[in-house]
Amino acid sequence: MSKSSIPVLKFDAVIVGAGGSGLRAAIQLSEAGLKTAVLSKVFPTRSHTVAAQGGVSASLGNSEEDHWHWHMYDTVKGSDWLGDQDAIEYMCRKAPEVVVELEHFGMPFDRTDEGKIYQRPFGGHMSNFGEKPVRRACAAADRTGHAMLHALYQRNVRANTQFFVEWMALDLIRDESGQVLGVIALEMETGDVVALHAKATVFATGGAGRIFYSSTNAFINTGDGLGMAARAGIALEDMEFWQFHPTGVAGAGVLITEGVRGEGGILRNSSNERFMERYAPNAKDLASRDVVSRAMVTEINEGRGCGPNKDFVLLDITHLDPATIMKRLPGIREISIQFAGIDPIKAPIPVVPTCHYQMGGVPTNYKGQVVREDGTPVAGFYAAGEVACASVHGANRLGTNSLLDLLVFGKASGDSVVHDVRSGELGLKDLPADFAERTLARLDRLNTQTGGASVAETRLELQRTMQKHCGVFRFKDMLVEGVARILDVEKAAARTEIKDKSKVWNTARVEALELDNLVEVAKATMVSAEARKESRGAHVRDDAPDTPANPNGRDDVNWHKHTLWYREGNRLSYKPVIMKPLTVDTIALKTRSY
Amino acid sequence: MATSTMQFKIYRYDPDRNDAPYMQDASVEVDYSIDRKLLDVLTRLKAKDDSLSYRRSCREGICGSDAMNINGKNGLACLTEIKDLKQPVVLRPLPGLPVIRDLIVDMTQFFKQYHSIRPYLINEGPRPERERLQSPEEREELNGLYECILCACCSTSCPSFWWNPDKFVGPAGLLNAYRFIADTRDQATNERLDDLEDPYRLFRCHTIMNCVDVCPKGLNPTRAIGKIKEMMVRRAI
Repeated sequence: MSKSSIPVLKFDAVIVGAGGSGLRAAIQLSEAGLKTAVLSKVFPTRSHTVAAQGGVSASLGNSEEDHWHWHMYDTVKGSDWLGDQDAIEYMCRKAPEVVVELEHFGMPFDRTDEGKIYQRPFGGHMSNFGEKPVRRACAAADRTGHAMLHALYQRNVRANTQFFVEWMALDLIRDESGQVLGVIALEMETGDVVALHAKATVFATGGAGRIFYSSTNAFINTGDGLGMAARAGIALEDMEFWQFHPTGVAGAGVLITEGVRGEGGILRNSSNERFMERYAPNAKDLASRDVVSRAMVTEINEGRGCGPNKDFVLLDITHLDPATIMKRLPGIREISIQFAGIDPIKAPIPVVPTCHYQMGGVPTNYKGQVVREDGTPVAGFYAAGEVACASVHGANRLGTNSLLDLLVFGKASGDSVVHDVRSGELGLKDLPADFAERTLARLDRLNTQTGGASVAETRLELQRTMQKHCGVFRFKDMLVEGVARILDVEKAAARTEIKDKSKVWNTARVEALELDNLVEVAKATMVSAEARKESRGAHVRDDAPDTPANPNGRDDVNWHKHTLWYREGNRLSYKPVIMKPLTVDTIALKTRSY
Repeated sequence: MATSTMQFKIYRYDPDRNDAPYMQDASVEVDYSIDRKLLDVLTRLKAKDDSLSYRRSCREGICGSDAMNINGKNGLACLTEIKDLKQPVVLRPLPGLPVIRDLIVDMTQFFKQYHSIRPYLINEGPRPERERLQSPEEREELNGLYECILCACCSTSCPSFWWNPDKFVGPAGLLNAYRFIADTRDQATNERLDDLEDPYRLFRCHTIMNCVDVCPKGLNPTRAIGKIKEMMVRRAI
């Protein structure tokens, strides 16, 4: 089909995704008067930012002395030195500004007695370059993400942002020079396919935690931005690094915030031992997430798990004052009662490490511009939030840095778009003649496929494969086999069949299209993980153990570099970690311990 | 495995294929050791029949997507315990809003009312360098208000909203209106009260309290509406 076959709408900018980063970017664009379209698969306040609980970090120092430089140090250390120090400095320096701004937008933060924003301790947040825990996580009870997402949406209502609600972006449009010219999207209610032609395209599509069987993530977190980018020839960076949050409700996967441990919660094994004291004598239960998750799995693997199958550990807050629980952790109590059948005031919560966050993503710089391997920006293309890899999280993200990432890089990408559109650097270039062909072929296949695999079964096979072959601890042979298995899943996914052929609100079609994106993310993850022959942050493998030459199994000589995965040919490439911050001295490589 | 069959009667309507809606009998095997909530079972039903259409996302009661009418009462599928449900479980779309397909309703009118209350902080004063101060007690006034997830369970269970969805703000919108009235940082209290002082926008609430009964977050829109009325009276004298 030719381009005349689908309608084309024209904008200055199109933002794909209306979670925290998309909404924050949209505020910049709407307030600057750019003609902007914000697309979202769901009504904005249903985006997954809404499920964040514990807080957003900023060195406000409201309860005790804090400094952005300490925050930066913690983030570099948390990243196991894989984070880019220019982006990390930028984020930590900007944190107080964007959090205060959010308060001005109406965010209902909890308050200190002096009326300032309430801050609580969190994993890996330390004062004075790793010395002792500090209160840095700015919180609205344990509903920080919900409060933040609604405040950002509300600010957009005020700014008259134009939303395209329940529209799913299907593919990126690029011309021969590689410039990005917008997206092709599906209006779910009508089933119509439309091109959104724009000078600037911002991806704020969130993560892809649904590649794993056990995940804290929402159903919608299917890595649509990653799939679209990969199909358009953009590399995906550091996709082997996935965060397993220590405390998902056993069986249900629903998140229990680290803020529970920030408020004094303790992890216990079957002999009621506070086992984190053995793994992280200094930070204990508030060590970094990768460290805590591995400790928990080790306890379970060595037979000290709880329950009839010894397959979980316990998160205990029964020693806390019930009034504190009701005031600071009311949502957690609700979740425990709902999903574990347990009132945490009376009994500990059964928890297991659960896939939570993708550290990797579309490569960007700290301005929110998507970059090529050599660091030059891809014209017209920006990304922020979980879909992007700036990289501020490196090999392991610190709790509360995700919400901060959304604010800082959502705003930065918005500012970059405003600058690039206003300066005339970006015009509305013509669409290539065949821009919709590949997308329409994909849709056409779904409409005509017979005798194919079921979407639900193929997705389950993908999720089980990722869970088994690419989990908290990774094994060389399992990774090799995992690559082969995921390639098999890809073949099945290429011939999925949906029975429902209706145009109107066809969720079967949407799920089949989402599966295409999950497949790209799973391949990128498995292939990148198999190739990285060291242990670093959240990526820990049996053939890279802790040795005197390579403490924690980290091999800086050979592997202190970012992975880049390309869809074409399943090809890998690598680029150096940016060790030079913007203004301060480099935080030099060091062995990580808590 | 504790498996068993669950029986359903589900409202079905696909404008592409059906002239009129109908109730479909359906059954599915559930495994009580894994399946706990209605949404778990809907996922199983959809794996059997991929044309069954409903919204869902977070599956933990915070995004507000999967509101529907379950055995005659509005609720979230992801928070509804299956063991408590009388069978056959009767599933219908939220009442009072146009149905697009199956359990998916057109929420335009609901959001229009939400937007009509100017759901954002209004404070035209100069922006301070740091956060605006608010005491813990002042902040506490927002509890029970800011937690609204806009699922529409309340407004679509309200007879006044069924009758006047274009004129009556409805419980969700009014709860959110009070969320900003109650915020010490907001400076538009008078304008907000003026806007609501209207025979329809606020005063169609007849304290039937269906909203309180169905709110999956345990919020109380009727109380918020009462507070707004109280403030109107207080400023009149």
